[in-house]
Amino acid sequence: MSTTTSTTANLLKGGEWLIKESSAFDTYTPEDFNEEQKMVKEMCLQFLNSEVLPVIDRIDKMEEGLMPSLMVKAGEQGLLGASIPEELNGLGKDFITSTLVNEGLGGGYSFSVAVAAHTGIGTLPILYFGTEEQKQKYIPKLATGEWKGAYGLTEPNSGSDALGAKSTAVLSEDGKHYILNGQKCWITNGGFADVYTVFAKVDGDKFTGFIVERGFEGFTQGPEEHKMGIKGSSTVQLYFQDCKVPVENLLGEVGKGHIIAFNILNIGRLKLCAAALGGAKMALTTTVEYANTREQFKTAIANFGAIKHKLAEGAIRIWVGESALYRTSKWIDDKEVELQAAGKPFNEALLGAAEEFAIECAILKVDGSEVLDFIVDEGVQIHGGNGFSDEYMISRAYRDSRINRIYEGTNEINRLLTVDMMLKRAMKGKLDLMGPAMKVSKELMSIPDFGSEDEGAFAAELKTIVNMKKAILMTAGAAVQKLMMSLSNEQEILMNIADMAIQVFHAESALLRVMKLAYKGEEAVSIQIDIMRCYLNDAVDKVNKAGKEAINAFADGDEQRMMLLGLKRFTKAAPFNSKDARRRIADKLIAENKYFL
Amino acid sequence: MKILVCISKTPDTTAKIAFSDNNTKFAEAGVQWIINPYDEWYALVRAIELKEADPSTVLHLVNVGGADSEPIIRKALALGGDEAIRVNSDNADSFNIASQIAAIAKDGAYDLIFTGKETIDYNGSSIGGMVAELLDLPYISHAVKFDLEGGKAVVVREIEGGEETDKAALPLVVSCQKGMAEQRIPNMKGIMGARTKPLKVTEPVAAETLTAVASFDLPPAKAGVKLVPADNPEELVRLLHEEARVI
Repeated sequence: MSTTTSTTANLLKGGEWLIKESSAFDTYTPEDFNEEQKMVKEMCLQFLNSEVLPVIDRIDKMEEGLMPSLMVKAGEQGLLGASIPEELNGLGKDFITSTLVNEGLGGGYSFSVAVAAHTGIGTLPILYFGTEEQKQKYIPKLATGEWKGAYGLTEPNSGSDALGAKSTAVLSEDGKHYILNGQKCWITNGGFADVYTVFAKVDGDKFTGFIVERGFEGFTQGPEEHKMGIKGSSTVQLYFQDCKVPVENLLGEVGKGHIIAFNILNIGRLKLCAAALGGAKMALTTTVEYANTREQFKTAIANFGAIKHKLAEGAIRIWVGESALYRTSKWIDDKEVELQAAGKPFNEALLGAAEEFAIECAILKVDGSEVLDFIVDEGVQIHGGNGFSDEYMISRAYRDSRINRIYEGTNEINRLLTVDMMLKRAMKGKLDLMGPAMKVSKELMSIPDFGSEDEGAFAAELKTIVNMKKAILMTAGAAVQKLMMSLSNEQEILMNIADMAIQVFHAESALLRVMKLAYKGEEAVSIQIDIMRCYLNDAVDKVNKAGKEAINAFADGDEQRMMLLGLKRFTKAAPFNSKDARRRIADKLIAENKYFL
Repeated sequence: MKILVCISKTPDTTAKIAFSDNNTKFAEAGVQWIINPYDEWYALVRAIELKEADPSTVLHLVNVGGADSEPIIRKALALGGDEAIRVNSDNADSFNIASQIAAIAKDGAYDLIFTGKETIDYNGSSIGGMVAELLDLPYISHAVKFDLEGGKAVVVREIEGGEETDKAALPLVVSCQKGMAEQRIPNMKGIMGARTKPLKVTEPVAAETLTAVASFDLPPAKAGVKLVPADNPEELVRLLHEEARVI
């Protein structure tokens, strides 16, 4: 369904960026959005500004009927059907465009959450796993917003451990219904949704998905939860007491619920990153505006270096995060096209594409949510006492941000998954980690490369990326060899390796984007170069620190000494005046009075 | 019924205004462009409403501008309209622009020509009147309401302290302002459809250029607020009288 033409010849497989070099020319960047995609993004912002933000206080007070009516408006606007095929009342847009919708609406606070839940976990399970009859019955109404969707996976005692669910489903004697019993919690849109994808265990052990409609006998819901943030988003518990679900509402196959639950999450994680970055852009703009108008000591506080540092750092993290997000989105888009061309049906193509890049989706989820958290936290700080007041939007942004590190898989789970999926792929022979890791360990024993420097544009930065990848391969490779099966119990080390991967994937994405901009001969890319260099400069130190922590945790003696020396060599970077670079970035933000990139 | 809506490209309202070439040119680097709000929110949306009321209506858009106008033309097409014509000219002189529009309008034999009451950059307010004159058509300016009754136009325009209702036969030129319609946001279907709508590019006809900008000046920086201590009313009176000259 991609509207962009592309060659798939150079398409990297999931995780392969770690062992292969990417070409800047083949890397998709936000500068490659077409006119239509730019219009879609702008339309989303217009929708927020005219329909959502003026009533955001009323949304947060959960005014009866307001959120559902806004979702209907969003449906009329076409915002709920971007990723739904045209024959099911959707718009059949490519993956990048639908991701842009998530980003564009990301600054909508609770509204953004409601829409993301509806279009993601509320709609996609039926779209991808439903039978033709189920799709015809539910999807057209979900596409327009006439019906609202929700998703019930979490239970009071099974959150991250989703398969530990206690809810049960038993086929009735007449074979016409499944009888559901159990309880689901933290159900976004639960209070007003019409259709729910719910998971329960058939015969006590076969984890299975079901489509439950509001109004099914034996299905009730609890009161609205009182939450720290996203207060306008409906969150309730669902109760099933001998709830009769017609057999035709079985979703997918009995015992295959985990395939639905986990596959949907890959896409959800990437989309969460998009929404978080959309929110981050808005929060940074709010903060820049405030810093420009708030005066202390007879000058705008934006003129102080301490504030400039924070503003610039916000812009750096957003720009770099966005570089990684759309680089991955295009990979998924291309893979989807490739799978469809190979004869896979629509649903299998996108799910297969998302699964291929599940590592990157997990990385994006972690980083996107942490970028937003950083920006709203420093945003409150820059707002000073006013930031602590409900009168200011940044206060809401701060409260609403926090959940992003928790849902769609906690950031801890996603860090573990990042490394776990890499290692599993390596073991299955899908990703050749061992070969490159062995090469790095040989390099450790050889004479260090004092190599010639500065051959061509960005040669030094490219070398830094290659070296940081070596640091990951060395650390991860040695950890696997040394700890073998017990590595999964050493979560601290896995977190270290995940952090290294997150840094390097992002730093590389930013460098490739800058290189592509420079190749195109774009004018005035000096700010982007500053951004990339600041990020890279920090990434090297972060990779060094995480690597050191990991190595010290599992290695000792000569091996430890050699690896620490190697790590030092792989995380070496030329001195860089990041203070001046951040000032240049901040000065531009201040002059534009917004996040402008 | 055939309607032509004139669409101009203007800087976003938050754009930083600066000049180059010895204060004779607007510095366009980094500026975000939008459809002139009076053209978009009032002229175009009202025309779309007329087409919605009578689907047989043909709605065309015209822009006089360079290729960099095309994103805003596409956005206008995403809102509505059947096709757009861009006259490939960078000329900023009102008479020249009006001559280009008049040439297009003449060829298309339109029943109605809508413009915004002015653009938000040059604020010329002259295109509508000039087009009407060049085509020898009636012209109603600053319209806040437009309806068709029995093939005739009923137009309400704002006048000092009240409103005036005019009636006119078609063809007619109308300049539109706030009140004509409500701003709309293009929807996804509109955006997707805009890509395939025709956007014709024509070269300008020969026409005179009557004016040229000699120079631009930014408004003087606003003076800071003067705080007068509460126990010194004499000073306040003196400042209001001698400096502000309001009493």
